Amino acid sequence: MRCTVDPILQIKDLQTHFFTKAGVLKAVDGVSLEIKSGEIVGLVGESGSGKSITGFSIMGLVDAPGQIVGGQILFKGQDLAKLSPAEMQAYRGNRIAMIFQDPMMTLNPVLRIETQMVETILSHDSSVSKVDAHARARDALGLVGISSPDERLRAYPHQFSGGMRQRVSIAIAMLNRPDLIIADEPTTALDVTIQGQVIHEMQRLCQETKTALLWITHDLAVVAGIAERICVMYAGRIVEKGANANIIAAPMHPYTKGLLGSVPGQNRRGQPLQQIEGMVPSMMNLPKGCAFQNRCNLVSDICTSTNPDATSTKDGRLVRCHNIAAGDRA
Amino acid sequence: MTPLLTVSNLSRDFTKSLDMVAKLLNRLGQNYREEVVHAVDDVSFSVFKGEIVGVVGESGCGKSTLGRMIAGILPPTNGHVFFDVTQAKNTDIPDALRTQMIFQDPFSSLNPRKRVIDIITEAPIHHKLIAPSEKRAFAIEMLKRVGLDPDTLERYPHQFSGGQRQRVGIARALAVSPEFLVCDESIAALDVSIQAQIINLFVDLKDSFDLTYLFISHDIGVIEHISDRVIVMYLGRIVETAPIETFVKQPNHPYTQALLAGVPRLEVGKRQYEPISGEIPSPLSPPTGCHFHPRCKFATPRCKAGKPALREIAPGHFSACHLNDEA
Amino acid sequence: MAGKAATTTGAIPASGWQKFWSDFCESPTAVGALFVFLVILFIAVFAPFVSPTNPYDLASVDIMNSRLKPGSEDFEGNVYWLGTDGAGRDMLSAIFYGLRVSLGVGAFSGVVALVIGAAVGLSAAYFGGRFETLTMRIVDIQLSFPSILMALIILAVFGKGVEKTIIALVLVQWAYYARAARASALVEKNKEYVEAAQCLALGDRRIILHHIMPNCLAPLIVVGTLQTAHAISLEATLSFLGLGLPITEPSLGLLIGNGFEFMYSGDYWISIFPGIALLITIVSINLVGDQLRDIFNPRLQR
Repeated sequence: MRCTVDPILQIKDLQTHFFTKAGVLKAVDGVSLEIKSGEIVGLVGESGSGKSITGFSIMGLVDAPGQIVGGQILFKGQDLAKLSPAEMQAYRGNRIAMIFQDPMMTLNPVLRIETQMVETILSHDSSVSKVDAHARARDALGLVGISSPDERLRAYPHQFSGGMRQRVSIAIAMLNRPDLIIADEPTTALDVTIQGQVIHEMQRLCQETKTALLWITHDLAVVAGIAERICVMYAGRIVEKGANANIIAAPMHPYTKGLLGSVPGQNRRGQPLQQIEGMVPSMMNLPKGCAFQNRCNLVSDICTSTNPDATSTKDGRLVRCHNIAAGDRA
Repeated sequence: MTPLLTVSNLSRDFTKSLDMVAKLLNRLGQNYREEVVHAVDDVSFSVFKGEIVGVVGESGCGKSTLGRMIAGILPPTNGHVFFDVTQAKNTDIPDALRTQMIFQDPFSSLNPRKRVIDIITEAPIHHKLIAPSEKRAFAIEMLKRVGLDPDTLERYPHQFSGGQRQRVGIARALAVSPEFLVCDESIAALDVSIQAQIINLFVDLKDSFDLTYLFISHDIGVIEHISDRVIVMYLGRIVETAPIETFVKQPNHPYTQALLAGVPRLEVGKRQYEPISGEIPSPLSPPTGCHFHPRCKFATPRCKAGKPALREIAPGHFSACHLNDEA
Repeated sequence: MAGKAATTTGAIPASGWQKFWSDFCESPTAVGALFVFLVILFIAVFAPFVSPTNPYDLASVDIMNSRLKPGSEDFEGNVYWLGTDGAGRDMLSAIFYGLRVSLGVGAFSGVVALVIGAAVGLSAAYFGGRFETLTMRIVDIQLSFPSILMALIILAVFGKGVEKTIIALVLVQWAYYARAARASALVEKNKEYVEAAQCLALGDRRIILHHIMPNCLAPLIVVGTLQTAHAISLEATLSFLGLGLPITEPSLGLLIGNGFEFMYSGDYWISIFPGIALLITIVSINLVGDQLRDIFNPRLQR
């Protein structure tokens, strides 16, 4: 049953902190985003930005010493952050599924693919017979473009190549027709040609089944090709959020500009790449004010004292920066 | 102009020889065969002084093995690498040091037990390029060259970030005044914004120190940005070599075309991906004839039968495809 | 020039030793065990100064004091806290001197075995090929024998005595070190910093000694700690059986052995107390070794 509540996922001011010996690590510090039914949203950031933890928080996969300390994760109106582990279990793999960078995080190396897929189906709906579950598993493999699915079902994960394993992970994610799929760097570890295949499959699947997709990655070029909206994360916060075309064509936040300028390509041959000076600050010791201040070329006094709020812009974006041109503001 | 580095018919096989039980069983009539992987299969090309030659390919193409053979870490099974010493600017350096390598993993490419000052100066002192008394000044000079704070001399690798460690690795390589640098996926493990810093660093160093690079990467964007010429490899063989403009605008080999078409681009607007089909074959049992024929849209029976030769189809542009013969 | 001069990431981790010590202190058991071991070590090293008497000074030993119960006094008013043995020697002093011999023999043989084993293991891993196959087969064959059996065979061939016991202990133990060193060196060998050293033409000897070996020390230290305990207990067994050290160098094992006959007549303290001392020594070393192993295990997230 395709869900029609919109937006299907609404994260409000999510905070996930890690309480370690060395201090409190604010991995996600006030993230808000929405995904509509059938939409593809890209969540972009470098390592340490908190993008993966956001995905894990939605799925309830954050383990000690981390925990969600604030905010709401509204999935079809239900706040996932408040659910008990047992209640969350009913959603996970069923209404919301996750695909990881390493397919071996999904696949058990000692079980056949068939066993794993049938188990996924039966654990959420014990009324399905084994025969039906097997048929559904076979169809799911066909859905992701795996030929001779009957043979493949009997195989073990190690008999597949990396790209195939990732496809199987996608198939498993699609098994129970989830409303939302969270994909955490699904193609980063794959070769270019295989990456193209997997992106193509996911694009097609989401178009056909109207499944919403949150694509978490560091690769702007990938999300530029498939997402409707893009959210850029830095140091645990979303710094810019808006329509794909707007952000790629005319980024507003200095970090987004820097990120786009850093990507090498044939249209930049011969020129030095734009560099973002310095490094990501330690997440345990964020500076007062804007987290990007040490690396920003537009930094001013207010940046060092106050953390910028999200400013709405004329073209429907949200940008967290004190220095947005007045003409762009809504 | 003669090339600085010439690679002729270079090959490297990895053989998993039979153990005693298998040999015994063979005598009794079984037919176990040794498993051979032709990681690099009869590769020949040249690099001229001051060039940046990009080597691009996917898993199993052999580019890393090729890089290690050129750097002298791995001995070839066949063929040889010739370095034209007459073009070297510094004749006091031992030949073994003329080609250095920058590695991929910033975490395992530095000895965790050594301080940065020792990492950088170990080789020059060992080869008597500098005196032990000059150690500190030399290390400071090297750190400055790669953009690191000289106060960090006494620190250990774990106290640096990934990008900084790569800089230390570059300083270590430059310390022996090499002519030729093999960069094996040197930026793959870094964040995008740090990648940009290191790419800029590579270009600056090349100009300042008159270096020549063999830049190995799977990232087509980086290759396009930095290379003067590009070599495309597939399953151990070179399928195409071209100057950068030709590579981008007129790729000849179907594999190169598929590669360029499939790369995500930072362009405005969504795109429909049209990927090529099929998996990358296992290097243990590559397809006969042209390795690419099972995935190639234009394959003919001839492609299955015979290995295509790498032929010059335009000045400086080489391609290994049977379809070029018809033209 | 590319890149701003960079400093380290925000929180600079504590220096190696400080971090090591704070990791070690996470287990109160291990800290307690370390303290106990240090006390034992102190006693062993300074035995002549801490012992109430010198039990092997024939002039001070009086047969009239033999088999006194723990805590009893003799005619001169000396208190024998742990009693005396069959010849009138103070058990407490005998244990102190015994600790000295046991620890000395155990540690010395451990160090020699470590040097030999590490050399073989590192070379085997680095050079590979036939050399590696040959040496590792020898190690495997040796390790398949129970260590006590190997020691007995060696002593039967070479005879008794201090040097021969040490040789036997070394020959039994080197294989453990070789295996640990080889496993560790194989991992390090494939790391890029070793390839970098090869690229810089530093020479095999330098690479093995300066690059690979320092990074293999952690597992070797763990094996060393646990093996020392093993060596001490092995030597005790041999001495108990009468095959190891001679009477002139009495170790704890020998004391236990000599005192055994008195167990039947109820004079338990002559055998039990050295046994307890041995037990405490071995357990404390093992507990320290366990904690070291946990600290050095990269898979345990800390």
